[in-house]
Amino acid sequence: MQKSSGGARKKGSSAERKQLLWGYIFIGPAIIGFLCFSLGPILFSLFLSFFKWNVITPMEFVGAGNYTQLMGDSLVWQSLKVTGLYSLLAVPLTTVISFFTAALLNNRVKGISLFRTIFYIPSIVPAVAVAAVWRYIYDPMYGLFNSVLRLVGLPTSNWIYSKSGVVPSLAIIAVWAAGNTVVIYLAGLQGISRQLYEAADIDGAGPVSKFRHITVPIMSPIIFYNVVMSIISCMQNFTLPYIMSDTKGGPDNASLFYSMLLYRTAFKNSQMGYAAAMSWLLFLIIAILTVVIFKTSDRWVFYESGDRS
Amino acid sequence: MKITNRNRLTTALTYLLLALLGLFMLFPFYWMLRSSFMSEREILTVPIQWLPSSLKPDNYISAFQKAPFHRYLLNSAFLVLVNILGSVFSASFVAFGFTRLRFRGRNFWFAVLLSTMMIPYSVLMIPQFVGWQAVGAYNTFLPLTLPAFFGSAFNIFLVRQFYMGIPKDYDEAAVMDGAGYLTIYAKIIMPMSKPALCTVGVFTFMNVWNDFLGPLLYLDKDELKTISLGLQIFTGQYNSQRGMLMAAAAVCMIPMILVYFFAQRYFIEGITFSGLKG
Repeated sequence: MQKSSGGARKKGSSAERKQLLWGYIFIGPAIIGFLCFSLGPILFSLFLSFFKWNVITPMEFVGAGNYTQLMGDSLVWQSLKVTGLYSLLAVPLTTVISFFTAALLNNRVKGISLFRTIFYIPSIVPAVAVAAVWRYIYDPMYGLFNSVLRLVGLPTSNWIYSKSGVVPSLAIIAVWAAGNTVVIYLAGLQGISRQLYEAADIDGAGPVSKFRHITVPIMSPIIFYNVVMSIISCMQNFTLPYIMSDTKGGPDNASLFYSMLLYRTAFKNSQMGYAAAMSWLLFLIIAILTVVIFKTSDRWVFYESGDRS
Repeated sequence: MKITNRNRLTTALTYLLLALLGLFMLFPFYWMLRSSFMSEREILTVPIQWLPSSLKPDNYISAFQKAPFHRYLLNSAFLVLVNILGSVFSASFVAFGFTRLRFRGRNFWFAVLLSTMMIPYSVLMIPQFVGWQAVGAYNTFLPLTLPAFFGSAFNIFLVRQFYMGIPKDYDEAAVMDGAGYLTIYAKIIMPMSKPALCTVGVFTFMNVWNDFLGPLLYLDKDELKTISLGLQIFTGQYNSQRGMLMAAAAVCMIPMILVYFFAQRYFIEGITFSGLKG
């Protein structure tokens, strides 16, 4: 593609050289950015993960010591459990409810654009403000939920203040804030050709069978992509639990997410080397999860053209 | 006859479900605004009061008195502005190289750039922090502004897709007229790609305004704090003064919601773009 035929090359070589020079001038910022903000830090982080370093005293080489220490660290396991449980709740819930909402929004009824606006707002507002508001909603004494429950005579809950309630309570907020996924699914649904449904109508297919045999298969690549992205973001969940538990991950470490422990290890306890090793473990887990989902995807993801990208 | 009845029933059911879900989406905003206008005594009333008895802005005033929110807002606005400048420039500039010029290594560097989207921030956070601290940039805005001028993979990708829809004829005609690449970029291609650059702009606004972890890592001095970071500290300090806390949360949210209402279409375009690649 970049090579021109022999005759043209001589003629175009000065133009080619000019394009080469200007090409690198234009993409230069991105290359510098890549070296300084991605490649350099990655290499340094890998290097750091084999050392003990508290920022003040000199680094001390420990080999794979940090990684073996990770395996026996009960807080690491606890935070992995919290993060995993949260992902197991939040990913399926947001996927199903967002998809269902998008299907509803795909109806051509009056006022639908107002609803579309409403559903998207929660996903664009600052997470810190969201955390402040939901923390109050979950307040056992004066919060909205318990006030309503008390009013109608139902049993109340301690929500984020109970060990078993905190992770599900956070998953509810994830569903609430999943408006961007709704928008993506809606765009996908709007792209499905009407003719497919009309053909199914002629064959006498009902709404349920149309949903199962047309909508879901056609949407499966988009669903797949968003499930992967959603898992990656759940694994790195930080701001909401950090603020709602007053930075502590309580009660009793029941909302100590992996990223919170990572932050605490690096910036509160100054165990930079150990924290770097922690971040690589997270990277590894995310990579493995992604590969596993990709491997299983040909069982349920349908590509129109028949080939897989 | 039968069909219209069924249609009417479906429509009614659609509305009912949409209304229920819409209520779920909106009630936290109602709760925030309601409480932000209530005195502590009203808030603690049992059974609960659904609406404030007056719309006095007392809580807003005392929030601004208790913490320098005007300072936090200004800091956030400044960071947003610089980041928009940086990311609009870098994305449009770099994307020009990736689409309007042919040269050896172009595809390689594009693949490298895309691969950076897969790296979790958790891995970059620690080494980047160590680096910024080493050059004395802790407690400055530098770590939160400078990277924008080197472009992010997502923004470059977005603008590149847009550029690819602009016919090469424009470039060729300009070359005939003796224009250099910088002129073609600044006078022809960039002005034609306003919609894509607006999308980059609104997403940058959202990411910077809402960013919490970045300011938490790099800003410790009170006069440098952003609105998100300021609100988090406020949340910890005034946990029991709920009315004032909700007023502060509203102050943090409202600019973002206003931008959304004015630029909704760019938000939707950007989100759709990001999610349909699969």
